[in-house]
Amino acid sequence: MLAAREAFNASRRAPLLSMLGIVTIAFSLFAFGLFALVAVNIRHALRNVEQRVEVRAFVSEGTPADAIAAAMADIAVFPEVAKVDYISQEGALERARRDMGEFSDVFEEAMLPASLDIHLRPGLRNPETVEAVADRVKSYQFVDDVRYGEEWVRKLYQLRTIAAGTGLGLGLAFAAVSIIIIGATIRVSVLARAREIAIMRLVGATDSFVRAPFLIDGFVKGILGAVLAVGLTWVAYRLVDTQLFSVVFFDPRLIAVGLVCGAFIGLLGSATSVWSHLRRI
Amino acid sequence: MIRLHDVAKEYTRTRVALSHVTLQIRRGEFVFLIGPSGSGKTTILKLLYMEEKPTHGDVWVSGVHATTAKRKEISQLRRRLGIVFQDFRLLEDRTAEENVAFALEVTGAPSSAIPQRVARVLTQVGLASKATHLPRQLSGGEQQRVAIARALVNDPYFLLADEPTGNLDDRASRGVIQLLRDINAAGTSVIMATHDLEIVRRADNARTIELNHGRVVFDSAETPPPETRYTPLLGQPVIGGPSEGNWPPLPGDSR
Repeated sequence: MLAAREAFNASRRAPLLSMLGIVTIAFSLFAFGLFALVAVNIRHALRNVEQRVEVRAFVSEGTPADAIAAAMADIAVFPEVAKVDYISQEGALERARRDMGEFSDVFEEAMLPASLDIHLRPGLRNPETVEAVADRVKSYQFVDDVRYGEEWVRKLYQLRTIAAGTGLGLGLAFAAVSIIIIGATIRVSVLARAREIAIMRLVGATDSFVRAPFLIDGFVKGILGAVLAVGLTWVAYRLVDTQLFSVVFFDPRLIAVGLVCGAFIGLLGSATSVWSHLRRI
Repeated sequence: MIRLHDVAKEYTRTRVALSHVTLQIRRGEFVFLIGPSGSGKTTILKLLYMEEKPTHGDVWVSGVHATTAKRKEISQLRRRLGIVFQDFRLLEDRTAEENVAFALEVTGAPSSAIPQRVARVLTQVGLASKATHLPRQLSGGEQQRVAIARALVNDPYFLLADEPTGNLDDRASRGVIQLLRDINAAGTSVIMATHDLEIVRRADNARTIELNHGRVVFDSAETPPPETRYTPLLGQPVIGGPSEGNWPPLPGDSR
């Protein structure tokens, strides 16, 4: 209670310094937020493309409907499989015409084979799984051919791995820079109160008593900075979304993680700054 | 009880602040630490409130051993020591009563008891009517009284004062000294470092310890009788008051 009051009074007595601290934290996290927004959107785009990964098994002409239905029931319970669709010859023709647009008249009736379109579960759309499913489907006698665009799936998977690795590396670098800047900002507020800390120690305050208001201060500044950073990132998102191209924003869970990270960074920055200051007095 | 045994303090190899200092101070004593600037007075006080640790020897204050004390023990000890400085060291943005209350709050004193105890010590130092004044609204003497009130509010065993009259005019100095004498009469030991030999001359029944080059060169407790109690400094005329340049040379001092 006393620590909270001390933290509040310290901010009240030096409002400019407190504001500076919050704004610095906000801009550090904003830079990180912008990067995270780019990473989230790349991930989102890749996920959309991934959803199109499917195994297409072409069915021999004249295969009895009950054999196809039995195979579909069989394939649907593969652990990797999310959904199996039967596309008849007519359906295939319609889809081809739709996809080809102005060249739709190149297709004549009944020219395309019927197929089973097998969609895989999210997270299992990697080259190995796709190939394994394709091999199993090939074993049905009525299946003439199986296509799944192995080269394309392999490239997509590589791109996803590179994006995840780069994202993690850059994310850590951004986070490290943010922590350093925030640590320096909190250090300034500790130094501004060095005289007060020295007097506290002289009248018998324990280290934990001295530390407590700074930890509360760092925690609150971290959260406020994070809220401001989320707001700034949202403004940036709206600008891009309305003026340039469609993008997605963080989901609420990610925003909550951001606020917790802000509070944690504020707390950590305060703890290390006060700890190193107290060690010297 | 305060006990220093064969204490040395070296800040660097060439900067020796104290050497071979051995002394004891009992509860209830009023002790002046005198000596020229750099003689080690402030270092002794810093060793007593354990801002510094001795390079050699032992310092014991109320059962706490300076060399081995943990930071928490030092905090607990300081709650039983009142410390007063030449520059007052008040928090400029807090009123007199808030400055005094601060010393109670950090010790975890119950908040219901704080106003009463603060009022009591502010009355004791004669500042009850200025309790809500900020330090800048008070004279130097009054600020020092607030600092003394802060030092007293935890009922200390020892009050350590480092040049408490150094920034005050003669009248304010006499008031502060009288206050310290009253505090001592009520049972608190007072250990005061000072340049002001006039204050020492005027004081009766006070013990005087003189330091030079980090060594104790005179201790009135070991050199009775009081009538012939001349320190090397007090035994010689001091020209023009207690300023830095007026310290007469000591016997054997080649400066």
